[in-house]
Amino acid sequence: MNGTNLFKISLKALNNNKLRTFLTMLGIIIGVASVITMLAIGQGSKRSIQSQISEMGSNMIMIHPGNMERGGVRQGASDQQTLKLEDYQSLRDNCKYLAGVSPVVNSSGQLIYGANNYPCSIYGVSQEYLDIRQFSVESGESFTDQDILASAKVCLIGKTIVDNIFTGGEDPVGKVIRFNKIPFKVIGVLKSKGYNSMGQDQDAVVLSPYTTIQKRVLAITHMQELYCSALTEDLTEKATDEITTILRHNHKLKETDDDDFDVRSQQELSTMLSSTTDLMTVLLACIAGISLIVGGIGIMNIMYVSVTERTREIGLRMSVGARGVDILSQFLIEAILISITGGIIGVILGIGASFGVKLIAKWPIYIQPWSVFLSFGVCTITGIFFGWYPAKKAAELDPIEAIRYE
Amino acid sequence: MGTSGSGKSTLLNLLGCLDTPTSGEYYLDGAKVREMGKAERAVLRNRKIGFVFQSYNLLPKTTAIENVELPLMYNVNVSATQRREKAIKSLVSVGLGDRLMHKSNQMSGGQMQRVAIARALVNDPVIILADEATGNLDTRTSYEILVLFQELHSTGRTIIFVTHNPEIAQFCSRNIILRDGHIVEDKMNEKVLSAKEVLDALPIEKE
Repeated sequence: MNGTNLFKISLKALNNNKLRTFLTMLGIIIGVASVITMLAIGQGSKRSIQSQISEMGSNMIMIHPGNMERGGVRQGASDQQTLKLEDYQSLRDNCKYLAGVSPVVNSSGQLIYGANNYPCSIYGVSQEYLDIRQFSVESGESFTDQDILASAKVCLIGKTIVDNIFTGGEDPVGKVIRFNKIPFKVIGVLKSKGYNSMGQDQDAVVLSPYTTIQKRVLAITHMQELYCSALTEDLTEKATDEITTILRHNHKLKETDDDDFDVRSQQELSTMLSSTTDLMTVLLACIAGISLIVGGIGIMNIMYVSVTERTREIGLRMSVGARGVDILSQFLIEAILISITGGIIGVILGIGASFGVKLIAKWPIYIQPWSVFLSFGVCTITGIFFGWYPAKKAAELDPIEAIRYE
Repeated sequence: MGTSGSGKSTLLNLLGCLDTPTSGEYYLDGAKVREMGKAERAVLRNRKIGFVFQSYNLLPKTTAIENVELPLMYNVNVSATQRREKAIKSLVSVGLGDRLMHKSNQMSGGQMQRVAIARALVNDPVIILADEATGNLDTRTSYEILVLFQELHSTGRTIIFVTHNPEIAQFCSRNIILRDGHIVEDKMNEKVLSAKEVLDALPIEKE
């Protein structure tokens, strides 16, 4: 049979009953539009959480001292002094999967400049810390190996600090501020990062060489924490294993001993949060999927009524030479046309609604190309699936009875 | 011709290849119909038979020309331009050359039946089967349709006209009368009336 002719016949039949065609389509339109919008919202929130985590450094690995027993008594993690300079050095020199390692020691106190003061923590780190945490220097420059060796009293400050103690609008670079009476020279200002997903101000930060904080502020020799970054996010797990092996070797732990340190990666956090949003996406998609099925049943319903209503027409077509397969094709094409057209309108409406949500509710949205193809594919299959039965029924009509059907 | 229940419709269904005989054989233009499948018979109907029904059976909201094109839509060998040409030719031959684009609901009963006849003619069939083709029409229009059939007959078309009305039989060259499923009479009509003369003799209704 000539496909073009059948297509024309179907199109004509749909065109003859515009309102009914539109109402049938409506189910599919709503179904597809809601699938796309729901997925866009779900994916959007997942993406926004992921990007916040990666702003914190998604490939970041934190090593804390911890879990040490002395004669059966567990010690508090903050009291531990298990992370030593040698650990830092061996991680820095031997780890294949790490892009950077930085010790972290910190102390809280009051920052003073002129008549202003501001409470904050000062972090003693190495230069690599900037890369690990994805900080960058906006003006001035970062400290050098020389500064670390010399325990130089220099620091980098964040935007919040600048705003709070340099109220006169002067350039902080080159000025000397005091931290608990110890003077530090400001050599650079960090670029603003804003708040992270936990609500912490990432700009209320003061960075100094770790040697300076160890010797001049805290008077300790151990590291409070080690921050590392894996080469890529995917390598985080391998890097974690490597770190564990090296540290266990350094600490001369036996096979049976527990780790006296704690390696944590952001990936765990990232996995946890994205599994939550994944669940939400699945739930939303389920609801939307149900509406798509309801739309499909709508098609079946209308097609079924349409077959009964057009029995005479079918009889006539058969008597002038339409075979069963021609009638079947005609009704299937009608169903598919309805679902595809509805699908296209639904896609447009869904994308529109997604942007509407973004604009009005200010929710993060992300339209994934596969969600468009998926819902489009599903609605075509819905059309074929639900159009099949009525079309089959039409094709099986007896032309003798159909032509005289009242 | 025959009363209701005499088997007219069954015979028509058999002749029209809509049904197959339980016994015996039916040859249409040399082809054995009884052994054919549904699809084959559909193709056969498409190429060799034209139907005219009592209730016209035109597609609703569809123009005359599209209605006439319908049988050709199911024929792969006819292109779109050929289809249109044939449909126009067919409509002109039933006197509706000026009604090509009228929709079926914008036409009178007589015009609709003419469209139906044009549709039956469009595939150049070996027989035209007319089932009570004048049953729904008033006397004048009935005669007009009969005139048309007689004209077609005179150009060499075989027309099988099923009716229960003995008056109409007078216009046909051969009358077969059925009763309870059997042929009780089959005779050539020696004195075929001319529908045109009768039509001209009809009193013109005064408005």
